[in-house]
Amino acid sequence: MGSSRIAFYSLLVTLVLAGLWAGSASAQGPTPTDDEVNRIAKQLYCPVCESTPLDVCPTEACRQWRDLIRTMLAEGKSEAEIEQYFVTQYGARVLAEPPNRLATYLVPAVAILLGAFMLFRGFQMWMKPSVTEADLEEAQPSQDPYVARLEEELKKRK
Amino acid sequence: MTESSVPAPRRGVPIWAQIIIWVFLAGLLVIVALGLRRAQQGTVQPGQVIDDFTLPLYSGYELDGQSEIHFEDLRGKVVVINFWASWCKPCEQEAAELQQAWAEYEPTGQVIFLGVDYVDTEPEARVYLKKFGVTYPNGPDLATQISQYFRTKGVPETYFIDQDGVLQYVQVGPFNNIEQIRAQIDPLLE
Repeated sequence: MGSSRIAFYSLLVTLVLAGLWAGSASAQGPTPTDDEVNRIAKQLYCPVCESTPLDVCPTEACRQWRDLIRTMLAEGKSEAEIEQYFVTQYGARVLAEPPNRLATYLVPAVAILLGAFMLFRGFQMWMKPSVTEADLEEAQPSQDPYVARLEEELKKRK
Repeated sequence: MTESSVPAPRRGVPIWAQIIIWVFLAGLLVIVALGLRRAQQGTVQPGQVIDDFTLPLYSGYELDGQSEIHFEDLRGKVVVINFWASWCKPCEQEAAELQQAWAEYEPTGQVIFLGVDYVDTEPEARVYLKKFGVTYPNGPDLATQISQYFRTKGVPETYFIDQDGVLQYVQVGPFNNIEQIRAQIDPLLE
């Protein structure tokens, strides 16, 4: 009887402690998986090791960044909030893709359009037919009667 | 006899287009040249007057209760700027010496040490500062603006700036002993 009571109370205490632990764990949120961390990490580049995405960078600095992403995810921060935090802290150059600003797309588009227009105009100029004798005659009719007569004779012989 | 064509007056690219093309090419060359020059320049050089910048400070590492430092406000004092990071092993070599030097010069009121935490995470930075007992003002290099201005090549690097805001010496890599730090500060105080 005594031993069964001890076993009952032990079980009760264990259940209470387990409940408390589970409660505190759920308050912190589930621990983000490596995949969840890397989904954000691969969109970031650490300035220390340029050209290596954060998700595969082996340096200590990048490991710390990944830990920070994990912590922020566990705190319930969204992907956008985390990226914004990194941009604020380390600058826009940490982003794999440039920030979605109007100028980022407008400047190259304007440059391409301008270049295309200039090429078009250039080709237009080069492709124009060359000036013929007839054009020149029409443009500049001769005033000298001798020359005019000569040209008339030449036309007849053609 | 057929109608023969005569050489047409030469029609090239219009002058305005030529100007635009050349200006564009010249601009492109200037950008490339500036980039190459910057890449080869190294850090800012002694003799250069350091422009104003703002360093936000970690809580617990403020200067006179202020949460950020404006470099211009430090005119009249020798400023020692140390770039470091918690992931940087060589930084650990000099951390104790820097703190020891700060403890020596702080009472004079003529020298300020600033720790600029480069590309670091605050939790790890705090662990580092606590581990080495650092007490001088420290803060993050937000958006790496300060390190870009100084054109640092890595960490640790330490810059000694005189009372007029003129850079006097650059230490690339860690100090091996406190004498090396004194050797740069003492002449500036004379």
